[in-house]
Amino acid sequence: MDPGQFFASSRILIVAGKGGVGKTATSASLALAAARTGRTVLVVEVAGRLDSAPMFGVDPQGYDEHSVYDHSVYDHSVYDHRVYEHRVHDHSERGQVRCRSITPDAALVEWLSSHGFARIVRRMSKSGLLEIVATATPGIKELLVLGQIKHLEQSRAADLIIVDAPAAGHALNFLKAPLAVYKTARTGVLRRQAAETLEMLGDSERCRALLVTIAEETPIKELVETAFAVEDEVGLALGPVVVNGLLPSIEALNTAFELDPSGIVTSEQALSADEISDLVTAAEFRRDRLSLQDDQLASLARQLPLAQICLPHLFTTSVGRAELETLAEAASASIEAITLLAD
Amino acid sequence: MITPPPLTATSNNPASNNPTPNRYGDLVADKRVIVACGTGGVGKTTMAASTAVAAAQGGRRAVVVTIDPAKRLADALGIDALGNTPTVIDGAWRGTLGAMMLDSKATFDDVVTRYATSKKQAERIFSNRFYVNVSTELPGTQDYMAVEKLNELHHSGDWDLVVVDTPPTRDALAFFEAPKLLTRLLNNTIYKLLVSPRPGVRRAVNRAAGGVVRRLARVVGAEVVDDAIEFFQAFQGMEEGFKKRADETLTLLASDDTAFVLVASPRSDTITEALYFLNRLADAGLSVHAVVVNRMLAVLSASVDEAAQLQARLGAGPLAGAAQALVDHVRASADDEDRISQLMAHVPDATLKRVPLLSSDVHDISTLGDIAEMLVEDPF
Repeated sequence: MDPGQFFASSRILIVAGKGGVGKTATSASLALAAARTGRTVLVVEVAGRLDSAPMFGVDPQGYDEHSVYDHSVYDHSVYDHRVYEHRVHDHSERGQVRCRSITPDAALVEWLSSHGFARIVRRMSKSGLLEIVATATPGIKELLVLGQIKHLEQSRAADLIIVDAPAAGHALNFLKAPLAVYKTARTGVLRRQAAETLEMLGDSERCRALLVTIAEETPIKELVETAFAVEDEVGLALGPVVVNGLLPSIEALNTAFELDPSGIVTSEQALSADEISDLVTAAEFRRDRLSLQDDQLASLARQLPLAQICLPHLFTTSVGRAELETLAEAASASIEAITLLAD
Repeated sequence: MITPPPLTATSNNPASNNPTPNRYGDLVADKRVIVACGTGGVGKTTMAASTAVAAAQGGRRAVVVTIDPAKRLADALGIDALGNTPTVIDGAWRGTLGAMMLDSKATFDDVVTRYATSKKQAERIFSNRFYVNVSTELPGTQDYMAVEKLNELHHSGDWDLVVVDTPPTRDALAFFEAPKLLTRLLNNTIYKLLVSPRPGVRRAVNRAAGGVVRRLARVVGAEVVDDAIEFFQAFQGMEEGFKKRADETLTLLASDDTAFVLVASPRSDTITEALYFLNRLADAGLSVHAVVVNRMLAVLSASVDEAAQLQARLGAGPLAGAAQALVDHVRASADDEDRISQLMAHVPDATLKRVPLLSSDVHDISTLGDIAEMLVEDPF
């Protein structure tokens, strides 16, 4: 599938997964890949963190919307021009990534402010009344975060909105919140808000979930459980599964084991005992990891027949601009290999 | 912000004048409470369980309270969601090993029953919808109940050491704030006014607050507001009990009987989280006694440069693949060490323990035993 077509398939992508699987890096790299197709992309962080901007090489600038990538003012020295020519189909379009944060607390404050409490909302927060409202109405904050995202979508704030959802079990609570509120809401205002949000979540042209995992047993197990819950209970369409941190395979890795160590020592390369031991340990370790990884990928494919977007393991300290380029490239390549999106 | 309570509980302990003995084996042998903290996905539950196994191997009666264990680990430990009390696990240790999975709601119900002035009061609370939300959904409830369970097991006299896993949370202090959760709710102005014993005050308040409450009822629902008011009225007379318990628990957490173990993995994002954690603890004048870094790569003899030179020497020959694996391995390992040094610079007094990356997830007691041995073995 052409990446341009893929990123046009839904207006909102909700990127969800267990903590530590690289959700934020996934959101940021998909945003960059989408911007490369000429789109304006808005990344929304909902966990009160500002982790995306540094990945674009930009200092975090607070919770308000700000630009982190603009291809017309892009520093061309840091990436490959051939890639650039290939990705941007229409040079008149300007791909752009902006970031913003919507926190659950802020969403509640803003909603109450716009419902007649503007003057006293600060005092309500101080006196603990806000906490009571939130406790009395479970899911209200999450619903209101999704409500703000819906508002951004309807006001066409960007061509594509990528939501960096909360981690782990929280992701499910987050996505289930509108239904929970819809069932229990005793006022028209809240029920309407919940109904409209549910409508958004249930429409695959507007919204899809991209679940992220790494190729390990427990994260995959949780991803599969989340996938079924998201589809069955929330009615949200699933996009491809993102498998992050895949170790690249090495050609001829097994040759090391076919050679007998004494043969290696007597060869002209004359390796020391330490060198042989290091090579064998590293090769064995890599072979084990790769075989485990293959097993886990197969198990994932068996349990969940969805297309997979595969992102490589990065042998570097943290995700900065250069790493983001690598991930975005890999994402685009994986997307091109997808034949069909599930409905 | 929290104020660490005074260290009265163990002021007669001579060790409190000396630097805390920080070797992991000492923590396992001497402490009464060990709290495993850190972000999710780093093997916190496994490390908490292994720590309890180590104590049982050392002859102590140790119990581990897990929050949300992976199913196969829970099966291995013989625990399920039922019961909310420890199960004793048989094994090749001199002491006793207990394990349980926290049932937040059941623990909360126990707490209410304990402090209710009558059975009728407890029942009135249990049937309140606001209470159901508080005991299941309110952020911090799980932390609060983990601390409650810890306190209960500590005082039961059945256990020498209570190891508690913590809910995945970003804020290290959530655990310290947790015992005050209910007292904070009960302390809010609205509650105080609603239950004011002076009718004059109540009337005045009702007039002032009435407008806000009526307007709130319009947006969130009148029944929602009624439930909340009913909840607060039902709690009348229990505040003191809760407050006393919270103070007692905080004193235990801050005492020399308690150690904090930070579990991390060498990945850059979890190290960043761990640093944030440590800074938050430091803000409150608290520190961790040990850092366990899980998922470490095997240490090889070649340095990064040596590996690169070896790769160049081997060129495209039959060992090219192994050389690439070596270069990747050594580079990743060196990065891990850099990040760990960065982390340890913030906690120079803490013991560092490395646990290797295992080829599969831990779901049997014997692997927990292997990790337990790694944790307590003396590096010297």
